[in-house]
Amino acid sequence: MKKVFVLLLVIAMLTVMAVSGLAKETRLTYWTYQELHKEFMDDAVEVWNEKNPDNQIVLETSVYPYDQMHNKLLIALQSGVGAPDLSDIEISKFANYLKGKTPQLVPLNDVVEPVLDKTIKARFDNYSKGGKYYGMPFHVGAEVMYYNKEYLDAAGVDVDEIVTWDDYVEAGKKVKAATGKPMTTIEVTEHWSYYPLISQAGSDIFAPDGEVILDNETNIKVLQFLKDMIYKHEIAIPAPGGFHHSEEYWAFMNNGGAASLMMPIWYMGRFVQYMPDLKGKMIIRPLPAWEEGGNRSAGMGGTGTVVTIQSKHKDLAVNFLGEAKLSKEASKKLWTVLGFDPVRWDVWDSPEMKADNDYTDYFGKGIFDILLEIKEEINPTVITEKYPKAIDLLKKNVSFKALKEQSMTPEEVLKEAAEELK
Amino acid sequence: MKARRKWSLTNTFLNSPKFVPYLFVSPFIIAFLLFYLYPMISTIIMSFQEIGFGEVSYVGLANYEKLLNKHYLSALMTSTSYTFWTILILIPLPLVLAVLLNSKHTRFKNFFRSSLFMPALTSVIVAGMFFRYSFGENPQTLMNSLVGLFGIEPIVWLQNSTPAMIGLVILCTWRWLGVNIIYFLSGLQGIPDEIYEAAAIDGANRWDKFRHITIPNLKPVIIYVLTISVFGGYKMFAESYAYWQTATPGDIGMTIVSYIYQVGFNNFEMGYASAIGITLLLIVLIINLIQLKFFGLFKKEGE
Repeated sequence: MKKVFVLLLVIAMLTVMAVSGLAKETRLTYWTYQELHKEFMDDAVEVWNEKNPDNQIVLETSVYPYDQMHNKLLIALQSGVGAPDLSDIEISKFANYLKGKTPQLVPLNDVVEPVLDKTIKARFDNYSKGGKYYGMPFHVGAEVMYYNKEYLDAAGVDVDEIVTWDDYVEAGKKVKAATGKPMTTIEVTEHWSYYPLISQAGSDIFAPDGEVILDNETNIKVLQFLKDMIYKHEIAIPAPGGFHHSEEYWAFMNNGGAASLMMPIWYMGRFVQYMPDLKGKMIIRPLPAWEEGGNRSAGMGGTGTVVTIQSKHKDLAVNFLGEAKLSKEASKKLWTVLGFDPVRWDVWDSPEMKADNDYTDYFGKGIFDILLEIKEEINPTVITEKYPKAIDLLKKNVSFKALKEQSMTPEEVLKEAAEELK
Repeated sequence: MKARRKWSLTNTFLNSPKFVPYLFVSPFIIAFLLFYLYPMISTIIMSFQEIGFGEVSYVGLANYEKLLNKHYLSALMTSTSYTFWTILILIPLPLVLAVLLNSKHTRFKNFFRSSLFMPALTSVIVAGMFFRYSFGENPQTLMNSLVGLFGIEPIVWLQNSTPAMIGLVILCTWRWLGVNIIYFLSGLQGIPDEIYEAAAIDGANRWDKFRHITIPNLKPVIIYVLTISVFGGYKMFAESYAYWQTATPGDIGMTIVSYIYQVGFNNFEMGYASAIGITLLLIVLIINLIQLKFFGLFKKEGE
């Protein structure tokens, strides 16, 4: 009796194995540094598996801390073993992975090219080399201004009358006088305050041909403007903790520390997650322009998802990635799930983008309409092999020495940084 | 038959006094060759190369020529002053505490011993996070409330070089005090009581005993602690990483090892990073040689 039972069990197990062997199931590994991205990709896998019953995917995601993930990936690609099938790479590190003549990433042209004319192409250019696209972007990263409406009302400022940066400074003075709070905070140990502003002003770190233009006149003027906001007009303060992602900052801002904040649209998630007390108080508007009619935004930050050449299922990984991040469905989910402004603009006016979600609950309706308004006002940014080093210098030296320590003038510090990059 | 002979051959080997010591030390030797010597040699080779993905080219001394820049010099200064301050605190303080803990008159000795040793068991990163928050710049943070008791305004600890160095040294002291106390305690227990008794008969007071018996007898331990502190100070990385991650504002907390990390992993210049590593090795080697010579460790007995 027992023997028969064992025999049956063995047969049953063999059948199960044979059946699962038939329904093709492929394991893909995926590395990221953002818990939110994992949730998004898990959702994409479900959609994929429904659509492709005979080509199932099991996604094994590992979420590592930011630095650790990038280092592990760099070493795995360099030594030729141990890399995952798919991985996220943050934009300021991306250039490292394209160094040399033989990129260790798989070109995604097959899935990118068919829809390229429906997207903000500049975002793909960030992750490209020699006409090949290696990274799949998450978002446009439009820079916006988050205003605390209570403070503006208290000072009698109408937010829609802030058109230029001069208006912004004037409004800031009123807010300071009425509430005693600074109008804004400026990052001094990261680059999210300075870099978007130079991009908005039509300048950049590098010229399109790769030449270093960090110390040009516009950039000096912009840095001086930030410095004036802090020390001359006294409407801004260096961000507590140094940057807008520090614990000190979240505590400060959550307590209503400042009346406005300039960050990309993806910072919405940080408000929802870390600054719950501001719910219903914050509103989103385009940036003030440098002059009337000028650009009111900039495209900032980003993460490219890549397929590594060590993957054993390159085609599947590429196709899945196209489906997961570039299809119409996926683009809508980028907004509803992550609060990201998708790079595909042909979904921007679809009804899903106007529907309520966590972000409209927090910031009020019509956020996406604002993004639609400014979509033409985003300059591309130039990314070269020296980009990681340039961002590093912006973070460590430029804003810190000019705005916090004040040990160097804006001109000196930019000249010094540019010299180092050349 | 053959198998038996083989067996007896192994047996002879295992009983041979010439062979067995090598067998016992072989795990260490193998680990040393694999994990220390091999990486060290390849670091030396890499420091003359430029390294990309699967492509390597020799660039001669170019990596070493890059060394003369502000960041490297500032990292060198930071590491040096960190080493200096940690040594200045982490030798006298644990020495005095060890003497107190060794005294017959101290009560709750075991409690103090274990609580002073406890921090050494925590992970640097966990401790670093704790200290990172205590050194926050809000007025409510631990350190700012402490200085507030003395009527000092809240300090922005981690964005100014002096408070930043204080932060690093406090973290280091907190973590390593207990370990150094253990070293000194074991040294103290090796000093025979008779010497102290003899001194007491000769009319020596406590200070004389400390000065003329304890210190000279602890000299080997002090030199040992000094040596490892020099190593420890120059190779410090985790503390700085816990405070600032990789981008230290204005390089105020960037040590040589953080610089290696930044150059290697952030800028992906492995060759240059290796060159920095080699200079670190040389610097530590030279400092230790000088220090050992200064303390007369190379002199023969009675010279």
